[in-house]
Amino acid sequence: MYYALMDKEFTILDHTADVGIIAYGGDMKEAFANAARGMFSLITDLDSIEESEYRDVELTVSDEESLLVEWLNELIYLFDVENMVFRRFNISRLTRTSLKARIYGQKVDTARHEIKTGIKAATYHMLSIERDDVNRVQVLFDI
Amino acid sequence: MAAPWREILKKIDDYRWEIPTDYKAGMTVPGLIYASEAMLGKIWEDKAFEQVANVAFLPGIVGHSMAMPDIHWGYGFAIGGVAATGVEDGVVSPGGVGFDINCGVRLLRTNMTEEEVRPKINQIVNELYFNVPSGVGSKGKLKVSEKELDEIMVNGSRWAVEKGFGDAEDVTATEESGCIKGANPDKVSAKAKQRGIPQLGTLGSGNHFLEVSVVGEIYDPDAAGVMGIIETGQVVVMIHTGSRGFGHQVCTDYVALLGNAVKKYGISLPDRQLACAPVQSPEGKDYLAGMAGAANYAWTNRQCITHWTREAFMKVFGKSRKELGLEQIYDVAHNIAKIEEHAVGGAKRLLCVHRKGATRAFPPGNPDIPQAYRDIGQPVLIPGDMGRYSYVALGTDTAMKETFGSTCHGAGRMQSRSAARRMLKGADVVRVLAEKGITVKAGSISSLAEEASEAYKDVSEVVDVTERAGISRKVVKLVPVGVIKG
Repeated sequence: MYYALMDKEFTILDHTADVGIIAYGGDMKEAFANAARGMFSLITDLDSIEESEYRDVELTVSDEESLLVEWLNELIYLFDVENMVFRRFNISRLTRTSLKARIYGQKVDTARHEIKTGIKAATYHMLSIERDDVNRVQVLFDI
Repeated sequence: MAAPWREILKKIDDYRWEIPTDYKAGMTVPGLIYASEAMLGKIWEDKAFEQVANVAFLPGIVGHSMAMPDIHWGYGFAIGGVAATGVEDGVVSPGGVGFDINCGVRLLRTNMTEEEVRPKINQIVNELYFNVPSGVGSKGKLKVSEKELDEIMVNGSRWAVEKGFGDAEDVTATEESGCIKGANPDKVSAKAKQRGIPQLGTLGSGNHFLEVSVVGEIYDPDAAGVMGIIETGQVVVMIHTGSRGFGHQVCTDYVALLGNAVKKYGISLPDRQLACAPVQSPEGKDYLAGMAGAANYAWTNRQCITHWTREAFMKVFGKSRKELGLEQIYDVAHNIAKIEEHAVGGAKRLLCVHRKGATRAFPPGNPDIPQAYRDIGQPVLIPGDMGRYSYVALGTDTAMKETFGSTCHGAGRMQSRSAARRMLKGADVVRVLAEKGITVKAGSISSLAEEASEAYKDVSEVVDVTERAGISRKVVKLVPVGVIKG
C-alpha cells in the first residue's frame, strides 16, 4: 500500500509560458500513471471523467526519458484524435524502454467536461526521473 | 545587491546586451539580447538567459544566439529567439521552431470606420464566433481527404484559394506566398495526418484569437497608406493561429527522431529539447520537408479563416466584398525555420534561420517581399494582449545586417497561466474589457483570465525597443474592439 504513504499523486509546476507536473509513486508504474493523471487534470476535472471506455497503449522506445515523454504524447494524441479524456491508467508492464497499459476514460462531453487547457506536447525540457524512497517524475508541457 | 545579470552581460548599448561565450562552457557564439535595462531583471528571473546560452551550443550556429525583447522562458529554446545555422555545416532543430509550426498572424484592412462597426459589434463578434470554429479540440467545417491533406502540405494557401477560399491577392500578400517549397507528405506521420484532418480551418485555443480592431495611431502615414491604412478609426481584422494538432505532432515526432540523430552524429547538447540534426543529413532534410508541410497547412488554415471572416462581415453588414474591402495586408509566420541567404562577414552564406516567437523583418528593396511593399519594407504584425493594443511595423536594413532580418513577435507573457487564473476571474475579465469598449466571446470563459492584459508584458515597450535598436520601425497602432478566443 504505497498509496497511503503518499501525500499526493502529483503537483502542478507553474512556469511563465508553460506548465508542468511532478508526479510521485511508490513504484515507477504508479509515478507514470500519476503523471498521466496530472496531465489530464490540466485538461479537465478528473472527477468529471467516467470510466466508460478503455484503450490499450503499448510503447517501445530507446530510453526511459523518451518513454515518459512518448507515453504522455500518446495520451495527448488520443485526446486530440479520439476526443477522449482518461482518469485511470493501469500500467501492466513497465521497463526502461517499454510500457503496456490499459487506460480508462470517456469521450469528451461538453455538458459534463469543462476543457480548461489544450496541451500541444510533453517536452524533454527539465525532464527528470528519480528513484528513491518515493519515485518522482517531472515533465513540462507546451500548452 | 547589484542585479546578478550585471556581472554576466556585456552592455553594447542601451538596447543590446551580450552574453559572452565564457558564460557557459560549450557556447560556440555569444548570446545577444535586445532589451531595455528595465526588462533585464524579469528576463533573468525567467532563466531565459540560460536558454539563450544553451542555443549557442548548436553546431554551426552563426553570429549570435539572439533574443528579441519579448523573450521569455520556453521549453528548451526561449520564446522570442533567433538562431541561424550554416546550411553546409550547421544543424536544424525542431525545438527552434516550436510545436506550433508556422503559428503566425494575418491582417486584413476594411473600408469601414469604428462608427460604422460599433453599433453591430456584438453581431459581428457572434457571427465570427459562429463561422470560425475555435476552442480546444475544435473540429473544422472542412472535410478533407488524406489526398487533399497531401495537396495542402505541398501547395499551402494556394490550395484554399483554388477551392474558393479567398483571392489570388491573398497569396501574394503572404510570407513565402503561403507555401514553403520542399514539403513532402511522406515525411509526415500518419498520426500527424490524423490530428490534422479534422482540425483544418480552426482557430484553436490558448493565445490564438480573431480580433476586430481599429487604427489607433498612425506613425508613418505614407507607409501606412501603402498598406491601405488611411485614417485612425479605420477597422481592420487580425487572425492569430497556426498549424493546430498537425504541427504539434510533426514537432513531437521529429524531436523524438532527432533525439536519436544527436547520438548518431555525436552532437553534445545541454538540453534534450534542443534535439537537432545536420541540415544536410537525411534526418535534417526529412524534418525540413515535414515542417514545410505543417507550415503550408498553417497558411491554408489562416486562408480558410480569412474567407469565413469575410463571409461573416458580408452577412452582418449586408455589403459586398468590394464595399467592405477586407483585403489582406500581410501574413507572417513567427514559428518557423527558413533557408535564407544572408551576408556573414562580408560573404553571402546560405543559412537555416530559426525564428521561434520571432518575425521575419526584411528591409525595403528585398526581392522576397511583395512588389507592393518593395519601397517600404516587409510588414511585421505584432499582436499585443486583447485588452490593450497591437502594432504593425516594417522590416529594416539594420535587421537584415544584425538579426538575419528578424524582430519581435508579440508581448510575451509576464505571468504564468495559473497565476493569472488565481488573480482574475474570466467573468471579471469580460467586464473590464466591456468597460474599455471591447466585446469578447470565448469558448471557455474561465480560461480568459489566462489571456488578460495583466498576464502580458506591455507590447508597446517591446516594440519601442525594436524601434530604438533599429530592427523594425512601427507604422500603425491597433486597438481591439471585438475579440474571439478559443
